[in-house]
Amino acid sequence: MHSFGYRANALLTFAVTILAFICAIASFSDNFSNQTPSAQIQILNINWFQKQPHGNDEVSLTLNITADLQSLFTWNTKQVFAFVAAEYETSKNSLNQVSLWDAIIPKKEHAKFWIQISNKYRFIDQGHNLRGKNFNLTLHWHVMPKTGKMFADKIVMSGYRLPNAYR
Amino acid sequence: MVLLLCCLVGMIVTSALIIWKALMCVTGSESPVVVVLSGSMEPGFKRGDILFLHMSKDPIRAGEIVVFNVDGRDIPIVHRVIKVHERENTGEVDVLTKGDNNYGDDRLLYAEGQLWLHRHHIMGRAVGFLPYVGWVTIIMTEKPIIKYILIGALGLLVITSKD
Repeated sequence: MHSFGYRANALLTFAVTILAFICAIASFSDNFSNQTPSAQIQILNINWFQKQPHGNDEVSLTLNITADLQSLFTWNTKQVFAFVAAEYETSKNSLNQVSLWDAIIPKKEHAKFWIQISNKYRFIDQGHNLRGKNFNLTLHWHVMPKTGKMFADKIVMSGYRLPNAYR
Repeated sequence: MVLLLCCLVGMIVTSALIIWKALMCVTGSESPVVVVLSGSMEPGFKRGDILFLHMSKDPIRAGEIVVFNVDGRDIPIVHRVIKVHERENTGEVDVLTKGDNNYGDDRLLYAEGQLWLHRHHIMGRAVGFLPYVGWVTIIMTEKPIIKYILIGALGLLVITSKD
C-alpha cells in the first residue's frame, strides 16, 4: 500500500491532473480579455490586371495596411496569425476568398503596424469575372494560444472595386 | 489470479477504446486528436504538439487550419486554408492550403495534377492545441524498443502488485 511504486504513481497522477487543470484555466481566462482590434486598408495601385492565356483573370494590387491587434494578446497567446483576403461573389461561385497577404505576429509589440505591400499570393479568379467587380477586403486573425482553444475573428471592409478594363 | 489480470487489462483497453470512440462521436472527426509531425506550421505548431480536431457541417473558410488527406499519401497534413471558392448551386468547395512556415502553397504536395482540395479530402479543422504531449507517440513509433520496455514494466508491475 505504501510502496515506492504506489507513491510515485500517486505523485505523477496528481502532478498531471494539476497541470491539466492549470492549462484549462489558462485557456478559459482568454474569454475575459477585452478585444478592440482596428484596421484600415487602402488600395494604392492596380499594378496590372489581365486575362491569363487559359482564361482566368489575374490582378496585382499594392495595398496599404494599417492595423492594431495588440488587444488580442493575452498571457496565453503564443502568436497571432493575421491575413488579408479579398472576398467577392461571382455567378459561378457564391463565395470566393483569396488570401492576398499574411503575417505571423509573435509579440504584442509588433501587433501595431503599418505596411505597404503588393499581394504576396496571386489574386486569380476562377473564370473572368473581375472586371468592374466590387469586393470586400477582410482582415482575419487567428490567435494561437500557448495551450488550449484557438480563437479567430475578422474585420470586413467593403467598397473596393476593380477597374472596368484590363491594363 | 490469471483471470483477474485478464479482466484488469481488458478493462483498461476497453475504457481507452470507449474514450476514443466517444471523442469521435462528439467531434465528428474520424481521428479527433492528431500529433504534429513536421515543422511546416512553425512557430505556431511544433513537432510533437497535439491538435484537437472538430468536423462540423460548417463550410470551410480561409484562415482555418485543416487536416487533410492527399490521394496516394498515408500521413494526413495539417495546414492553413488560404483560398476558398464555393459553388453557387452545389455548395462544393475548391480549397487551397499552405503551411505557415512554407514558402509556397501546397500544390506541390497534392497528387499530380491536383489543383484544389475538396470537401472529402478534409478530415477536420483544428480547434484546440496542447504542446509537447505528442512526443510520447512520436518516441514510441520511432523507437519501438521503448514501447516494449514500457509495456513490459507495466505488466510486471500489475503481476507483482499484491492487491
